Amino acid sequence: MGKYEVRLSGSGGQGLLLAGIILAEAAIIEGKNAVQTQSYGPEARGGASKSEVLISEDVIDFPKVRICDILLSLTQKSYEEYNEGLKDGGMLIIDNSVEIEEGTKYKIYSMPIIDTAVDVLGKPMVTNIVALGAIVGVTKIVSTSALEAAVLKRVPKGTEDLNRKALTLGFEMAEKALGK
Amino acid sequence: MSKKVKLMQGNEACVEGAIAAGMRFYAGYPITPSTEIAELSAEKLPKLGGKFIQMEDEIGGIAAAIGASLTGAKTMTATSGPGFSLKQENIGYAAIAEIPVVIVDVQRSGPSTGQPTSPSQGDMMQAKWGTHGDHPVIALCPSSVRETFDLTVKAFNLAEKYRTPVLLMMDEVIGHMREKVELPEASELEIVDRNRPSCAPEDYLPYKAEENLVPPMADFGTGYRYHVTGLVHDETGFPSNSTEIADQLVRRLVNKVELNKEDIISWEEENTEDADVIIFTYGCVARAARTAMKTLREKGVKVGMFRPITVWPFPEERLAELSKKVKTIVVPEMNLGQMVLEVERVSGKYTKIERLNKVDSQIIYPEEIIAKIEEVL
Amino acid sequence: MPSQLVEKYFRADKLPQIWCPGCGHGIITRAITAAIDDLGLDPDKVCVVSGIGCSSRAPGYLDFNTLHTTHGRALAFATGIKLANPELKVIVVMGDGDSTAIGGNHFIHACRRNIDITTIIYNNNIYGMTGGQYSPTTPRLEKGTTAPYGNIDKPFDVCNLAAAAGATYVGRSTSYHANLITQLVRNGIKNEGFSLIEAISDCPTYYGRKNKKGGPVEMIQWQKEHAVNVTAASKMTPEQLEGKFLIGEFKNTTEPEYTKEYQKIIDRVKGSDV
Repeated sequence: MGKYEVRLSGSGGQGLLLAGIILAEAAIIEGKNAVQTQSYGPEARGGASKSEVLISEDVIDFPKVRICDILLSLTQKSYEEYNEGLKDGGMLIIDNSVEIEEGTKYKIYSMPIIDTAVDVLGKPMVTNIVALGAIVGVTKIVSTSALEAAVLKRVPKGTEDLNRKALTLGFEMAEKALGK
Repeated sequence: MSKKVKLMQGNEACVEGAIAAGMRFYAGYPITPSTEIAELSAEKLPKLGGKFIQMEDEIGGIAAAIGASLTGAKTMTATSGPGFSLKQENIGYAAIAEIPVVIVDVQRSGPSTGQPTSPSQGDMMQAKWGTHGDHPVIALCPSSVRETFDLTVKAFNLAEKYRTPVLLMMDEVIGHMREKVELPEASELEIVDRNRPSCAPEDYLPYKAEENLVPPMADFGTGYRYHVTGLVHDETGFPSNSTEIADQLVRRLVNKVELNKEDIISWEEENTEDADVIIFTYGCVARAARTAMKTLREKGVKVGMFRPITVWPFPEERLAELSKKVKTIVVPEMNLGQMVLEVERVSGKYTKIERLNKVDSQIIYPEEIIAKIEEVL
Repeated sequence: MPSQLVEKYFRADKLPQIWCPGCGHGIITRAITAAIDDLGLDPDKVCVVSGIGCSSRAPGYLDFNTLHTTHGRALAFATGIKLANPELKVIVVMGDGDSTAIGGNHFIHACRRNIDITTIIYNNNIYGMTGGQYSPTTPRLEKGTTAPYGNIDKPFDVCNLAAAAGATYVGRSTSYHANLITQLVRNGIKNEGFSLIEAISDCPTYYGRKNKKGGPVEMIQWQKEHAVNVTAASKMTPEQLEGKFLIGEFKNTTEPEYTKEYQKIIDRVKGSDV
């Protein structure tokens, strides 16, 4: 596989920084190269926030994501802020609360990411893990096993089962979105 | 993923390198984008029996680090532009009193408060001339997370070897980005400790230099009771009003770096053998430069790259040689033209120098370098 | 026995010192060495640290590990020394401008941390080294070269400042009351925490001349006549204390000491995964 540029966007507090780190670590577990960068400042605590990951089989020189291949938007505001940076034909993964205008050139995957974390699991803090499951389920940029290993390495002790469940629900909604 | 392969942030690699080099004391003040260096030092040092202290201000941070170094500890402080300005006072003190200390500057946009979370290369000349008076400067500039580890180790080694403050000039991109690194085993590293006196205390002259122009340094509390001052001093360490001694001291301080340049300097070059154009680049911008170089090479444009790793002292001999063979040197910098002044001084008589400057708080993009090269060719 | 103290603790080859004839700084410096002598400290384990100014030249004359730093920063350097090697006895000497103006921040924070450092402030109410400018301890309406019409700044009370900031041992003496300096410094060194001794000094060259205080004899005489020991003062009326200032031990308490508290952290986490 070639090189993926991934932008994870949403609002501060949704755990996207950690999600970016986990995704990069999953790529490394698979022997790939990865670079993760993020936005800092007040937006990390509210507003539109983003975390970016480059994944490549080759050495990664330029470390910043420009025109991305994959965009996650968990909020309307972050979609509006960042969708222009998604390439034509790129994969747009959104929470189903985000409304998209007609006629975009993206491949759109709308999924109940936040509702699943909040209502099904009862834990809003695993929104990022559900989202990771959904992204990897749709895009296959890393293997599900590598992602699970990376998640378990980073989450607090005692929350492994919850996070595994969040991941599984993410994978499942991806399957559904892909129409399988 | 083997144990040593990790996803690591630049600031984290700096702390890992410092600890591998033997850092056992850190004093500093929180400032974006360097704060992770303080946070990780606070967490890790007591586990090693080392010490961390958050001082009341930036000046106190470097002062405490210098004080601790006098007891024999390897010490570091880290900051960003606003704090780097404040630390200049005691960088000069460490230079004249010849006390090893590592100062990290994770550069951000300036002047003044500027843009705290945005990258810059605006402190490169401040690194050279920031503190008053003639003084030695060693400054290193990493362009990857792994290199941040390596150069932090090197910074400590050079500080110890030459009894001088050493500056690690990072930037926000390198400090904050996480990338895959494979850290070396401790046994693979060369670690240098300061040369301590072997003579009896009564025969010790704390500022009498050895052949490499560096005097052996005794730890406070080990029986060598000596005097340290920021005043011009003679070999005994005590102040002197002699014009001859003042001249000798300042020249020796500067020469201990200048005359040992071959040992200190390092750089990296790629595709310079057949290059028509060389990109002179350092820090995070070198990442964009490499992408630009590869893209242009695919199109058949003969582009090479010269990357100083030691920015001060400046690797001028090699750059001068290369300048005679190329048509143009392009110098992209995230400032309005700093290191390019050195390139112009060294290479200006041999070849054309083209500047590419950016101060909008963003990293220079590969496309911008490509466009510049296509424009000037 | 001045000659014995000089022989034992001074770098005799560096004498005579640079201070003006009649300056109180020599008396204070000798009184400090008397305290070190009383306590029998090992000179190899004593560090004397200073900043910039007249008083800050004292370490150069003393045969210990001595560090003459930058203006106002002595306590920040000393904090690094003490924390890196708590076995060392760290003594800091500063002037009034050095400690309470340019070094004011380091001063209050060293007090706050209660780090085991003994600090002696040589207070002569003026910047002497630069030629007589007013300092944060110059009394109101008195003159300096930068206060030609009289100083309108309200001065600091150095001892109150230190006590309020958290120093656990605080006292004041004068260059006239040399034995009291020795006693306070001795107790200060024994105190496991931050100790501040203000030693009122006389500057006949600048402060005295600018403010028509007479020569050294008159200035020392003034110290003798205006200083009241804090124990005696408790039995005096406000009228009797009018125009006087207090000397003696003002604060002597015990609180957790910084380097010991840090050692507890090390003991707790040492050896765990780095």
